[in-house]
Amino acid sequence: MNAIPAPTAAAAPATSTNVIDVANIEVIYNHVILVLKGVSLSVPEGGIVALLGGNGAGKSTTLKAISNLLRTERGEVTKGHIHCRGERVDGLTPNDLVRRGVIQVMEGRHCFGHLTVEENLLTGAFIHGSKRRQIADDLEKVYHYFPRLKERRTSQAGYTSGGEQQMVAIGRALMSRPTTVLLDEPSMGLAPQLVEEIFEIVKNLNEKEKVSILLAEQNTNVALRYAHYGYILENGRVVLDGKADALRENEDVKEFYLGIAGEGRRSFRDVKHYRRRKRWL
Amino acid sequence: MLGPFLETLIGGLLTGVLYSLVALGFVLIFKASGVFNFAQGAMVLFAALTIARLSGEIDGKEVHLANFVVAAAILGVAVAFIGWYAWREYVARGAGPGERRRMLVLAAVGALVGGIAAYSYGKGAWPLWLAIAATAAIMGLLAYAIERLVLRHLVNQEGIILFMATLGIANFLDGLGQTLWGSDIYKINLGLPKDPIFLFEGVFPGGLLVDPGELVAAAIAAGLVVVLAIFFQKTRVGRALRAVADDHAAAQSVGIPLNTIWLIVWTVSGLVALAAGLIWGAKLGVQFSISLIALKALPVLILGGFTSVPGAIVGGLIIGAGEKLSEVFLAPILVKQFDLAGGGIENWFAYMLALVFLLFRPQGLFGERIIERV
Repeated sequence: MNAIPAPTAAAAPATSTNVIDVANIEVIYNHVILVLKGVSLSVPEGGIVALLGGNGAGKSTTLKAISNLLRTERGEVTKGHIHCRGERVDGLTPNDLVRRGVIQVMEGRHCFGHLTVEENLLTGAFIHGSKRRQIADDLEKVYHYFPRLKERRTSQAGYTSGGEQQMVAIGRALMSRPTTVLLDEPSMGLAPQLVEEIFEIVKNLNEKEKVSILLAEQNTNVALRYAHYGYILENGRVVLDGKADALRENEDVKEFYLGIAGEGRRSFRDVKHYRRRKRWL
Repeated sequence: MLGPFLETLIGGLLTGVLYSLVALGFVLIFKASGVFNFAQGAMVLFAALTIARLSGEIDGKEVHLANFVVAAAILGVAVAFIGWYAWREYVARGAGPGERRRMLVLAAVGALVGGIAAYSYGKGAWPLWLAIAATAAIMGLLAYAIERLVLRHLVNQEGIILFMATLGIANFLDGLGQTLWGSDIYKINLGLPKDPIFLFEGVFPGGLLVDPGELVAAAIAAGLVVVLAIFFQKTRVGRALRAVADDHAAAQSVGIPLNTIWLIVWTVSGLVALAAGLIWGAKLGVQFSISLIALKALPVLILGGFTSVPGAIVGGLIIGAGEKLSEVFLAPILVKQFDLAGGGIENWFAYMLALVFLLFRPQGLFGERIIERV
């Protein structure tokens, strides 16, 4: 077992109301590929924070850096640090993070195909051992939020629809009693109506269960409607951040991410490439 | 005609049970980690050797007290480690850095107690139950060492690399067994009646001739299978094992620690190897050729499917019975028809059957179908 690195007073972030603080992290895959070039962000207690950007911008990598799933893909945080409620968490295992209430719902659902829906949900309670009573209560709660799963509890997860699988993935994460959920692309491959349904549930969870949410999304429109705050990533850097409403009104965001052009067509030459604007903290 | 047929069939099925046991060890590890564990045969041999040497009266040779003390110390350490894991898993979740010290203290105490116990037991051989318990602990320790020293460092490597690693482990274990316990042929005495018994004497003229040792073997195997099935289907850890088998990354993301899971599967398959080694050793004597039964498990796996526990059982039974039946009934016909020299069908029958399966049903009888949603 690795000893947990004790947070020094200097390294601990000033604000203690943030559940997650990411400070200027750099991530390298396979020792050579530099994917994140200094990303900083924070998730306040009880907030929904959206991480936006195109393919390859580094959204998923940021989430995996926080949940520490990065190492299984031979990625590594080489600079910067990550704090969870003031405690330094880079260098811990995913299991440690789940025990601290931070859990990731991976991109593309990743249900256990040969397990039934209910068994899938129960795997989420692994860290709670054999507290039968609590697990049964949590299961009921998940079924309350996702009534559809209750109907399908005995079917093999591999044979359920994409939307149901996304619900299984989120429900499974809830079974660990998280305080923070890292949601990676919940809208991927789902019909628009289902996307709304899932986001409504996420919003509900945030309001009723007080779960803080860090959301990586390509669907900027939906994400900014539900989030409180947003960061826009490009090429492994944060290029823009702000309150969700402000971002929605931002001309550049409208043009590049929402597809609402301000004044007719423009030449590709005039398209603005962002420089990194924000330095960490 | 029916009498001899049934006799052959039963004899074949009982041998098949042993194939099943070995195949079971393969399936467990393959399911949970996707590793084809070539070392399973070596584990069977190692377990059998350990039991034989700890329990056996060793014909005319001096029993080395040092061996026992070392084994007992290892046993103590193993018990301490297992205790530590259980404690970590169930009592103190997410415990801090004091753990390492506590674990060392526990291991030292375990080694001391084990050593003293062995010393006080003196030069005599251990009773069988103690030898089996000690071997079980040693198999657990072995699993821990393999996970800690080999697998942990090869996470996310390609299958062929992991396979090569298990090949290395296999050869190392073969050698280690010889170094620790010597290379003679040993006997394991289960204390069972050796005389064959007759069943159903009223039904068939002369009754059916059955070896009681094989009946006990079948009972042990059946018990193991039931326990494993319950473990996999009903318990929290079993569910986690199946989850890991389905999707490593997702299992990690919900907080299932892969290292612990691997330790558990290697320990369980070590225990299965122990059962197989015990039975084979009692039947044929403990010798190097035991590790070669791993090769007999291959056709069983192809027949039953690499990922299926019931598949390993049924596959083993089919191959065991098929072998014996073809040897006894098919061989004379072939010899007569084609004027051949003799049998030998037993040697290739299993592999031919496996080949046929590979051509027509590659996932085996019970292999998991790959779920694809359209």
